[in-house]
Amino acid sequence: MNRGIAITGMGLISSIGNNVEENLTSLTSNKTGISRITQINTVHKNDIMVGEISQTNDMLEKQLGLAPNSYSRTPLLGIIAAKEAISQAGIDNIKDCRTGLISGTTVGGMDKAEQYFYDYYESDEHWNHINGLHAGDSTQKIADAIGLAESFVTTISTACSSSANAIMLGARMIKAGELDRVIVGGSDCLSKFTINGFKTLMILSDTYNTPFDEHRKGLNLGEAAAFLVLESDEIVSRENKKVLAYVKGYGNANDAFHQTASSENGDGAVLAMEKAFKVAGLKPSDIDYINAHGTATPNNDLSEGRSLLRIFDNNVPEFSSTKAFTGHTLAAAGSVEAIYSVLAIQNNIIYPNIGFKTPMSEFDLVPETALKHKEINTVLSNSFGFGGNCSTLIFTKEA
Amino acid sequence: MKKEVYINSIGSVSVQKTFDSTQFLEDIVTYNDTTLKVVDPNYKEYIPPAAARRMAKGIKMSAVSSKNAMKEAGLQNVDAIIVGTGLGCLGDSEKFVSDIIKNDEQYLTPTRFIQSSHNTVAGSIALDMGCKGHNFTYVNASISFESSLWDAKLQLQANEATHILVGGVDEMVDHHVDTHRFIGHVKDKPVTMEEVLSSNTKGAVIGEGSHFFVLSNKKGKSTYSKLTSIGIYNTLEKDKIADVITGFLKDNELSVQDLDGVILGNNGDVEYDHFYTNLCSSIFDNTPQLVFKHLSGEYDTATGFGFWLANKIFKTGEVPKIVKLNDKNITEPKRLLLYNQYRGRNHSLVLLEKC
Repeated sequence: MNRGIAITGMGLISSIGNNVEENLTSLTSNKTGISRITQINTVHKNDIMVGEISQTNDMLEKQLGLAPNSYSRTPLLGIIAAKEAISQAGIDNIKDCRTGLISGTTVGGMDKAEQYFYDYYESDEHWNHINGLHAGDSTQKIADAIGLAESFVTTISTACSSSANAIMLGARMIKAGELDRVIVGGSDCLSKFTINGFKTLMILSDTYNTPFDEHRKGLNLGEAAAFLVLESDEIVSRENKKVLAYVKGYGNANDAFHQTASSENGDGAVLAMEKAFKVAGLKPSDIDYINAHGTATPNNDLSEGRSLLRIFDNNVPEFSSTKAFTGHTLAAAGSVEAIYSVLAIQNNIIYPNIGFKTPMSEFDLVPETALKHKEINTVLSNSFGFGGNCSTLIFTKEA
Repeated sequence: MKKEVYINSIGSVSVQKTFDSTQFLEDIVTYNDTTLKVVDPNYKEYIPPAAARRMAKGIKMSAVSSKNAMKEAGLQNVDAIIVGTGLGCLGDSEKFVSDIIKNDEQYLTPTRFIQSSHNTVAGSIALDMGCKGHNFTYVNASISFESSLWDAKLQLQANEATHILVGGVDEMVDHHVDTHRFIGHVKDKPVTMEEVLSSNTKGAVIGEGSHFFVLSNKKGKSTYSKLTSIGIYNTLEKDKIADVITGFLKDNELSVQDLDGVILGNNGDVEYDHFYTNLCSSIFDNTPQLVFKHLSGEYDTATGFGFWLANKIFKTGEVPKIVKLNDKNITEPKRLLLYNQYRGRNHSLVLLEKC
């Protein structure tokens, strides 16, 4: 069997908490982060609900010791999450071994670009944001904030599977011996760009999102940043590190069906899960809990549900989507849910799929609707994105 | 035992007439400008006109360069598609933002949003080819293409894949150029191709392009070279670059004397070209020095052009005069090193060998 890659630290900020502990508290007390939008003045504010982080940019910048309006919200959230992860991993000197950073983002600095798009031509007041648009800029700012220099630092953007793919690349890099330690995850903030984009696709719910429910009305956009520290076995044993869980399996495949929709039977998802099982050396019956992608769009939940029935041969273990808590945090979703998967393993719990009432007519899949305590050794987490991108990660308690 | 990584085919759409693979910089497109557009191939030969109408330029360019690479490699499909892009199909992103502002978030259509997703090129190639394999997109400024090479190399060496289509693409877009000119990243005044690298002025001439390559762990009839090693560094102190390069070569059991040439990313920005000129007058003093950004323009994935150039040199054994920076000649190119950085960040080293 293949050995997993050790996870030694986690950091997370989302609409249900400013750190990992607060997120766990919300998840275990049915506290959703979905609300009306307050920080972006959009004409759609009465038609949509979002998973918005309550802290303003000013508050985040104050916390980080930055001047007001220095950065886009994407790197601000990312720095907070990355720092928490590094602190939990007990890293005093980030340069004591070959350390890398791999971050996922879709929005990058678009929040500032859309704000000052024409202002740039009128005045130089906000020119500090001009070069902040490109996706790599947020990663660079995170790297600088955590003191990474002369290092492997890159960014992945595969829409809503970006940070799942960052975790995958990080695990592969350590496995191949190319890095000793890698900080992996993603960050995306809310923006008019994504609100209007998803609005044109007509997949935004006007109320609380309800994954896997017959009457689901679409997704709620969210914002979050989440990072994990992966370390090689050598570093773990050298420093006698506490391992939180392991990245045991991973797989990425393409649905090759449509730019934004998933195939009816979830072909890409099936391939991704099959690859992950192969890498992990595990079989479907080993899975104790599935943290589904479950965006609550009609298309995703049907396609994903069918893919689960295919992979698990109609015997799907306990599953839930946590997007009813956080909203869909786009590029960050994969790493947010990776952390939730690790917390499920650490605490032996399964989160409720809040808002679920009626099973879908196409099949009889029923997610967990209440917090459940159960020995959890192995969790499968799915993340799917535009461009047919399908990713699966498998986390385990033991290597 | 790690497998070797071969470059088995190339495809290019650039500011030069590189889409015609029978040519090698014979008929140069000159300019006197600050921005450069690609020489459009006949897109109709590659894309149905109805589909092409709403297609982002990055997708169109990449349809041509990727199809040419696939054709040369004699493949219908690959095990993975990996694309690097600094900004994705930025033209559509900028139109979508301006539509949001001008129309007060009303009357928008999804196409521009969908094409704004950074992975739209990788996704559309997969869709067109029916490729269900690994599909990644790297978006980290000037190491986006190199990250893609790295990912492909990992998979091919470990024999997780046999054939991988790897590319780099970026579009030249007005708003981006305007705003980056405000902050000094783009040259203020037009400059000619002949003079750009010695312009002594701030900023770069911005170009665009799409380069695709089939990388395989099996040698083919069309094999160009072997990818030996890649280095990626988010930052490097100016004074340490020479040491990092010699260390990188040492890790590959090589010294500077083993290089038949270096391909450097000089773009004529007086503030940053010292990263290259310092090396040219020190460790690379006796090495044939080649440059390409006066031909390609600067963009995040311009190193795709540099990679294309290196592979053409291996294949033809020729070094066009227009890419020579010093008077040292390359007679039988066996080993070429590419070094690039942008504005002092995101440094990369790519080592290629003839095989």
